[in-house]
Amino acid sequence: MAAAIPKKIMETTNKAMGISPEDAKITKSYIFVAFMALLIGGFLGLIQGLNRAGLLELPSWLNYYQVLTAHGLLLILVLTAFFTIGYFYASLSHTLGGLLPKVRRIAWVGFWLKMVGFVLAVIPILMNEASVMYTFYPPMAAHPVFYLGLVFIVLGVWACCIGSFIQVANWRKNNKGQHVPILAYFATGVFVLLFFALIPVAIEVLVMILPWTLGWVETINVMVARTLFWAFGHTLVNIWYLTAVSAWYVVVPKIIGGRRWSDLLTRVVIIALVVMNITGGFHHQIIDPGINELVKFMHVFMSLAIGFPSLMTAFALFAVFERTARRKGGKGLIGWWRKMPWGDVRFLAPFIAMVAFIPAGAGGIAQSTNQLDQVVHNTMWIVGHFHLTLGMTVVMTFFGISYWLVPYISKRVLTPQINKLGVIQTWIWTVGMIFMAGAMHWVGLLGSPRRTSYTTYGDHATALGWDPYLMCLAVGGTLLIIGVILQVYAVINMMFFAPKGETEFPIAEEEDNATKTPYWTERWGIWVVVMLIVVAMAYVIPLTEFIVNAPPGSPPYKTW
Amino acid sequence: MKMHLDEKIWLTISFGIIMGFMLITGYQAFALEMGPPSNMETIDPQKVDQTAPFDKPGLKQIGDNEYEVVMTLQAFGFTPNNIEIPAGAKVTFIMTSKDVVHGFEVAGTNINAMVMPGHIQKITQTFDKPGNYLVICNEYCGAGHQLMSTTITVK
Repeated sequence: MAAAIPKKIMETTNKAMGISPEDAKITKSYIFVAFMALLIGGFLGLIQGLNRAGLLELPSWLNYYQVLTAHGLLLILVLTAFFTIGYFYASLSHTLGGLLPKVRRIAWVGFWLKMVGFVLAVIPILMNEASVMYTFYPPMAAHPVFYLGLVFIVLGVWACCIGSFIQVANWRKNNKGQHVPILAYFATGVFVLLFFALIPVAIEVLVMILPWTLGWVETINVMVARTLFWAFGHTLVNIWYLTAVSAWYVVVPKIIGGRRWSDLLTRVVIIALVVMNITGGFHHQIIDPGINELVKFMHVFMSLAIGFPSLMTAFALFAVFERTARRKGGKGLIGWWRKMPWGDVRFLAPFIAMVAFIPAGAGGIAQSTNQLDQVVHNTMWIVGHFHLTLGMTVVMTFFGISYWLVPYISKRVLTPQINKLGVIQTWIWTVGMIFMAGAMHWVGLLGSPRRTSYTTYGDHATALGWDPYLMCLAVGGTLLIIGVILQVYAVINMMFFAPKGETEFPIAEEEDNATKTPYWTERWGIWVVVMLIVVAMAYVIPLTEFIVNAPPGSPPYKTW
Repeated sequence: MKMHLDEKIWLTISFGIIMGFMLITGYQAFALEMGPPSNMETIDPQKVDQTAPFDKPGLKQIGDNEYEVVMTLQAFGFTPNNIEIPAGAKVTFIMTSKDVVHGFEVAGTNINAMVMPGHIQKITQTFDKPGNYLVICNEYCGAGHQLMSTTITVK
């Protein structure tokens, strides 16, 4: 009890006075790295887009596949991981009364482990010793240092997971019987997923690939490696998504002056996304050999199940918008739309992100069903899909978050000028993505492959027919780089130059007549066990098949 | 817990959509035999050239307008190359990789399969429409990936 009282005081002061400088520094560092990754990764993306359209020939010392590997690593790993961790550590600090000194130290250890790992991974990429893409499918083998870098990144993320668990456990000990505040609850879900998702890829890299590239073992089981990769790879996708969803449920309602949707339903969505997630990875292997059709059919269900919490979310969010707008006097079937704060970038960016998730999610459902996947697998369609999901749904939400999170941690304010810049940035990004992702989807349906530099396949008529779409892609990419520059400028401005002041951490309240959330939602032990059972259902059969009926393995190849 | 009638309707429809996808996928896979390529045979990836049938890759007629193509994929080409078949031919491709992971895609058709070293992949297609079909590798396989292509001519 003695510990609980100062704890409570600390919490109130933290909410009133804003984040402590020590905690702010952690988030600031993470967010800064995330946006630098966006800047560099964005330029690399532009280079690819222009090359793919046949407008830019790359010099001999920089090839398309090197650029693509770096683009993927920077945007899929660095941008997302650093933003997610920075955002959730600020949330933990804000809602749980400041980070514990121990947790702060862990966050820094995690930060530097990741940075070291990242540098180690980038050096071989720059030397063209690791042009293996972020998926690094064996038996293509990069320089061992590349994989060593990945191990450090994994350790760094694990450190941050453990830090968050310690922080939340400490709060629960001091607040027995209470519900963990909703954003901290989201953070718990995200870090639980990250913690478990990293296990398969850690096994792949540390146990399988590293000894093999170092020459300690001669061959590798390619199907086991690939399956372990996707158990991680697809979960990562939903980790970003869950991070974006946290802002939709908790932050956006506050920004528009409304209340949160049902607390229980929000927590149920989080639990569902955590429990059902890891098994989704199999839809990346629908047209692989070595997995029989019954197993593949079971996995359609495992993948589509994720659609259900997303559809719950869609209803909840639009219901919150309508309810809020009507309270403000909005009328008519559609007339209430006019009451939404369209000029506020903190609302506009995540709103467009949500709208983008309608086609993005629908595309996802289509391509996780067997026969439809066979039409689009490894075509540009897939690239279009994850530019809609990651590039729009997730990243635009992150952009929206940055317009209050960055001022909050740097004790500055969002000026009307930067808000206006943000609104312009949002529209440029939207148009750019529609062009680029739209063209990618369409040309993918026609058969144009992903991860392929400019080629006409000997002027084959089919391939020449793809060119106009690829030109459209380059136009979109050019708009997007303008968006990247504006966004990075806004972040730097808010971090170092905007006028000093206090910015609120926006967290919406529940409705006054909200029903009490039952306590079973707090039983993370149960949810983790359920998750592991689902994972076992999904993976035991195929992995046993791959291992028991394994063909002789493959030696390492460097084909670039 | 209170739930709006609207929300109940929405969630019922959502559940229905997902189950609909499941049923259609299952029907196509098991009743119409349109399932994705899922062959279970394996092979020693370092002895492909010595292992039947891959010791003699090529096109073979096995029935009335029915063909079999035994094909090996390696960076950055397909063996055999530039296949010719008559219109209406039902062709089964039997494939494996001699090195890294490749993809086998015939643009303008539903042929799309991963070809992994150590595994034998099979996919069947009836070519009704005459024309020159572009065959490409759609899984990044190295510096010359963009060159890895061939054609199928249907006469």
